[in-house]
Amino acid sequence: MVTSTKPDLRHARAVAESVTDPELPVLTLADLGVLRDVELAGDGKVVVSITPTYSGCPAMREMRADLSNRLSEAGFADVEVCTVLDPPWTTDWISPAGRQKLAEYGIAPPGAAPQHAAGPVPLTLTPPRSRVRCPQCGSPDTEQVSQFGATACKALRRCRSCHEPFEHIKEI
Amino acid sequence: MSFDNAYEALTAAESDSESRWAFGTGFDDPLSGMDTTLPDGVDGAAFARYCLMLGDDALIASQRLTEWVTNAPELEDELALANIALDLLGQARLLLARAGQADGSGRGEDELAYFRDEREFRNVRLVEPPNGDFAHTIARLLAFSTWRLALFARLADSRDPVLAAIAAKGAKELAYHREYTAQWTVRLGDGTEVSHARMQQGLDAVWPLVDELFVPNATDREMVAAGVGTDPAQVRAEFDDVLEQVVAAATLQRPEASALARVAEQTGRDGIHTEHLGDLLAEMQSLARAHPEATW
Repeated sequence: MVTSTKPDLRHARAVAESVTDPELPVLTLADLGVLRDVELAGDGKVVVSITPTYSGCPAMREMRADLSNRLSEAGFADVEVCTVLDPPWTTDWISPAGRQKLAEYGIAPPGAAPQHAAGPVPLTLTPPRSRVRCPQCGSPDTEQVSQFGATACKALRRCRSCHEPFEHIKEI
Repeated sequence: MSFDNAYEALTAAESDSESRWAFGTGFDDPLSGMDTTLPDGVDGAAFARYCLMLGDDALIASQRLTEWVTNAPELEDELALANIALDLLGQARLLLARAGQADGSGRGEDELAYFRDEREFRNVRLVEPPNGDFAHTIARLLAFSTWRLALFARLADSRDPVLAAIAAKGAKELAYHREYTAQWTVRLGDGTEVSHARMQQGLDAVWPLVDELFVPNATDREMVAAGVGTDPAQVRAEFDDVLEQVVAAATLQRPEASALARVAEQTGRDGIHTEHLGDLLAEMQSLARAHPEATW
């Protein structure tokens, strides 16, 4: 049991950064770019900011509870977890370490998030040309089975070389 | 912790507020910790109506799409429709929560979703009728996501920072929804004789409800003037341009059906709905109304 009168921001940050994603336990919320900030308020409260990956992400409450619990276990008595929506999360927020862990776990990491110039979002009528490597055998010869997978952030793909199906964090 | 049966696990979860039996239960405020001050010169009641309009569109569309779960023709498309429904539900939650704060009523998202009657809903009528076949659902979702993406891309510049953030986030999701439906429209339209005919029938069936998407009402005009809203009439050209590309690639005909009549000059945005909304709400709201004290 740690009793703390003056919370240590570096310690709080380290604890918050070690909390993992409830649906992708190989990644921390920091790897995923969902953890935006850890600050100390004037009254010693630890304020953690997180952002949802998708508007309907059902795991936000779980993340809030996990952050809050882990920080209280580490001795931080007063913790607030805030939601931030701006700027919106994109897959570019996933850290290089996060991408590495995803690939090792068998999930193809995302490429660069789509960018478009100002004005109407251009329409794509054909599936994008594959640049996704198979996380099992490394072959670049893969195809999209479905743009939507078991969670909002993943697409389903198949490798044409080793024939294994796999998941891909789709670029957003 | 282990349990002999599911009921034990449920009741145990209830006694310990930190653990739950499934993700997505125990909803809390989706705008938790955000600065929700209204920008200067924006009328809270009118802004709440505006957020309800956009939130109700997503809520009702989401409820209809959810009906495909266990009924879709392929597992991949069931996942896709469920994912799209979840994105729209997320958008609805944020917008309803924003509405409840803005009008000072303090009503939460659940109260707005489950305890309003048909005439208090502000969604466009396009999202109300039953799904029809897969092609009909795709046609409706193509029209809906094309329109909503164009609106949200503009609302990302709203003077209300919360609405701007909801729209910027939602636009990324809607781009995927539009792509999914556009690609299916092409595949079915440019497919077999039967799939072509059914895709055309789907487009023809939804078309009478398309014009209404572009008609601003008093709330739209007030919010455009206040710099927080966007004029739906201004997105018609972008909508037409996208539909033209899709319809041409799909070898379909752009429908020429006339718009569904207004009732005393009123439509969905004014609380005047098709006969289908009442049935949808009866199902969607029944659990919450039977157990008004329940939490999930």
